[in-house]
Amino acid sequence: MKIAIASGKGGTGKTTVAVNLALSIPNSQLVDCDVEEPNCNLFLNKELEPIASSKITVPNIDEELCTYCGKCSQMCRFNAIATLPEKVIIFPTLCHSCGGCILDCPEHAISGREKCTGIISRSADMEDHPRLYEGVLNIGESMASPVIKELKRWIEPDAVTIIDSPPGTGCPVMTTLEDTDHCILVTEPTPFGLHDLRLAVEMVKIMNIPVGVIINRSEEGNLIIEEYCDKENIDVLMRIPLNKRIAELYSQGIPFVEEMPEWKERFSDLFEKIVNEKVLA
Amino acid sequence: MKICITSRGTDLFSQCDPRFGRCPYFVIVDDDTMKYEALENPGPLAEGGAGIKAAQALTALGIDALLTGKMGPNAFSVLNAAGIKVFTGIYGAVEDTVSQYRQGQLDLIEDATTSAQHG
Repeated sequence: MKIAIASGKGGTGKTTVAVNLALSIPNSQLVDCDVEEPNCNLFLNKELEPIASSKITVPNIDEELCTYCGKCSQMCRFNAIATLPEKVIIFPTLCHSCGGCILDCPEHAISGREKCTGIISRSADMEDHPRLYEGVLNIGESMASPVIKELKRWIEPDAVTIIDSPPGTGCPVMTTLEDTDHCILVTEPTPFGLHDLRLAVEMVKIMNIPVGVIINRSEEGNLIIEEYCDKENIDVLMRIPLNKRIAELYSQGIPFVEEMPEWKERFSDLFEKIVNEKVLA
Repeated sequence: MKICITSRGTDLFSQCDPRFGRCPYFVIVDDDTMKYEALENPGPLAEGGAGIKAAQALTALGIDALLTGKMGPNAFSVLNAAGIKVFTGIYGAVEDTVSQYRQGQLDLIEDATTSAQHG
């Protein structure tokens, strides 16, 4: 069972939900796919050890063979190769590793070169609860998806998996959501929250993943998210109130289920509900 | 000298554009005769690497100097490799930027003035 915690808007509480949910499920593993800024471990303080690196293939040009015809530059839609009158410049951080330039070069001057773009780590102690897996994109790199793909290869198939997604609706998020059983979208009851929730719902529907919503910093009388969810026939799975105690614990880096056991029960019930829905479907 | 200016339009009276990678046009001026021609910038069509695409287009034209507003590292490395001098700080119409250049009011840069993926 893989449950992804995503959101359109950043800063709505994905990590809060992911960490507290993982802590409320026995024998769970938590996978932090926000490889540009993984932050689950701010709340868990697990000792992590590196277990793998993510590698991509980028072009390498033999300038002895190159005739500066520019075919490689023309075919690269991300402009990772610039051909000047007497020089070729490669921008490996823009390369999406499609290999098209290698195939297109009439002089066979381009070969592939492996490049490490990120590091995968996991709990040094496999008795940790939850066992934490995290990927970190190397500084200066811009391609998050290959790191996320490598990280997801390490997911233990038989344990309940909670996945903390990056924000937004771009490639890294879709890479994170691929092959998950359920997506929880965390939002806040603001016009920005609603706007980006709509985008995220559209994405999840295209990907055909069952979806539910958690409203964080929920305030009584503010129904902006509920009205939308009603119309779209989406379950509001939980409301986390704008509560001083929760905010204080957050500011101290303490997952609130640790100090407020009634919430552990609520998260555990929420998990049961998602599991039952999957069984019924 | 052949000078290229990033521009919103196609003649000397057009407003200059401070962006390099995604400005709509390049106006290329011969500063001895003030004869000019405009070239559509291929950069705005790029999904990524607009500055690289724009810079690459300029390298084939025998330009001596580029006048623009700001410049990212990727575009700068292409222009630098092609020996094109980059001046930043333009404002006003395209013909004004040529005066700014002649009067030494622009900054000859030796490094990018902004981070990648800026415009």
